[in-house]
Amino acid sequence: METFRVQGKATGRAPGERPYALVGVNASGDLEVLVERVLPDGECAVEVATQVVGFRDVWQAVIEDFFDRAPVGGLRFSINDGGARPNTVSLRLMQASRSIEVEP
Amino acid sequence: MAKWQEQARERQRRLDRARPFAAGKVAPAENAKALLEAVIRPGDRVCLEGDNQKQADFLAESLAGVDRSLIHDLHLVQAGVVLQEHIDLFERGIARRLDFSYSDPQGAAVARALANGTIELGAIHTYVELHARYFIDLTPNVALIAAYSADREGNLYTGPNTEDTPAIVEATAFKSGIVIAQVNEIVDQVPRVDIPGDWVDFIVRPDRPFYLEPLFTRDPASVTESQILMAMMAIKGVYAEYGVKRLNHGIGFPTSAIELLLPTYGERLGLKGKVATHFALNPHPTLIPAIDSGWVQQIHSFGGEVGMEDYIAQRGDVFFTGHDGSLRSNRMVCQIAGLYALDMFIGSTLQIDLAGNSSTVTAGRIAGFGGAPNMGADARGRRHSSDPWLTAGRQAADAPSPLTRGRKLVVQMVETFGEGMTPSFVERLASLDLAEKLNLALAPVMIYGDDVTHIITEEGIANLLLCRGPTEREQAIRGVAGFTEVGRGRDRKAVEALRARGVIRRPEDLGVNVLDASRQLLAARSIEDLVSWSGGLYRPPAKFRNW
Repeated sequence: METFRVQGKATGRAPGERPYALVGVNASGDLEVLVERVLPDGECAVEVATQVVGFRDVWQAVIEDFFDRAPVGGLRFSINDGGARPNTVSLRLMQASRSIEVEP
Repeated sequence: MAKWQEQARERQRRLDRARPFAAGKVAPAENAKALLEAVIRPGDRVCLEGDNQKQADFLAESLAGVDRSLIHDLHLVQAGVVLQEHIDLFERGIARRLDFSYSDPQGAAVARALANGTIELGAIHTYVELHARYFIDLTPNVALIAAYSADREGNLYTGPNTEDTPAIVEATAFKSGIVIAQVNEIVDQVPRVDIPGDWVDFIVRPDRPFYLEPLFTRDPASVTESQILMAMMAIKGVYAEYGVKRLNHGIGFPTSAIELLLPTYGERLGLKGKVATHFALNPHPTLIPAIDSGWVQQIHSFGGEVGMEDYIAQRGDVFFTGHDGSLRSNRMVCQIAGLYALDMFIGSTLQIDLAGNSSTVTAGRIAGFGGAPNMGADARGRRHSSDPWLTAGRQAADAPSPLTRGRKLVVQMVETFGEGMTPSFVERLASLDLAEKLNLALAPVMIYGDDVTHIITEEGIANLLLCRGPTEREQAIRGVAGFTEVGRGRDRKAVEALRARGVIRRPEDLGVNVLDASRQLLAARSIEDLVSWSGGLYRPPAKFRNW
């Protein structure tokens, strides 16, 4: 088990009003992402708990890319990872940021 | 003075030697070995029918058991090296040389046998290429084939799994060769004549049916949301963009995902009747929902698929079937259709390099080619035009003119990481290392980079037609290579410039909503769903039943 936090800066508040959203499942090869609107507008963060150790640099790259692509100001993402591949992490993060924006 | 008609006399001598072991054309199974020893001579070219799916396994076992002092140094010329017996033939010295196409199930054993000299390699071919050589310089002296049933005259019913048999028998029978068929049953009248009796010399009925592998069944339950995202991008960014109606789908989960999205996502985009109407395709069970909801108008098949027989028999409006009702497949004909009558091939691979070359060779395994290289290649003899073909040709040309020819769309769909975090994008194909080790003149390449038009990954679509020069091409490939070393080695500025030009398109550029990339979008989510779509006509093999 490995846990770490990646912090980022954002240009503005993420759109939408939902306080939180949950996507994915904590299953083998997949992951669960809880996103909450709890940070100041100019900040964002991803907290990772993963069963697979030794891929910190890849996580860093995936998360930084996500911060570049999505509006994430004020959002904190908590990941419960079951050994997902980087592309799955990326997809789930994108889904999480869309989910908190729109009503289900 | 030359002595003519020697081949016909040699054929007669062999038939005479075989006479004691058969009553007319029917040889009892216990005489199989003696029959083979009578008709095969050392050094003969032999086709032991091993197709993509159907295997003449009893004849393979019989041949592997013959007296080595009578039969040795055979040259096997056959599509598939699939069974343990195929390897045994070389280890026992009965066979020495090999020309083939496909060897995935024995990939490691073939690589070993080539490395230690047990197999002397002629070449690794595509299916249609090997069949073509049957008629030029690799004509079999003896063909050992498999059929469902035969009558006493030797008429054969090969039914849904006709596959390679017509090509093999045509080449052998009309060049004074000898054809022996193993059949599951001997009947008074075959359901239909797939191979005429006077092309067949002997029939043998073993006490078990021939071996048949369900190769094209993908369980919808295993389709992931990443694959669904890729399939959505393919449908919107390629199928709809070019208006592709005539196509082939390779095997794999990403293409299965497309098949399962046509009646849902495709429907929502208003594409019914506008894309994916005519296929050269094995009968993929995952295509059932698209067929039954009226998307697909016609399918010609290379081979059959276990469990699809009854369904196909009731869908003669779509499939090619005999007057008896069952599917007639034909690999050589379908491969030619794939070369000349299709506007697109879309399939998966294991490794892609920076020029877009792809290969399924991984360390120590030779899987061969099968049919993908022909599906995934532009046929430069094509002369009829179509919108997708012309559009692709013009996108690739620096200065399109009225004489600019079109080209086939060749789309590789690949997840950036494969099993066990193996990157799908590499700087150097494993195939090159293997070629060096085995001293091959040419490293096996499944699809050459200059034939590939699009690469689709979870990250987006790279349109290689729009790239100008190898540097742009490399950045377009890196730009969809995700978080692999190759992907992370991209020049970010160059990739953004390609994106601005539409060479690279991300889901958000295509208007593909990542929230839609959900298993809820699949028309069938399990094998059981496929059975119910088919009205109970699809009968999945036991290993796919989990209810």
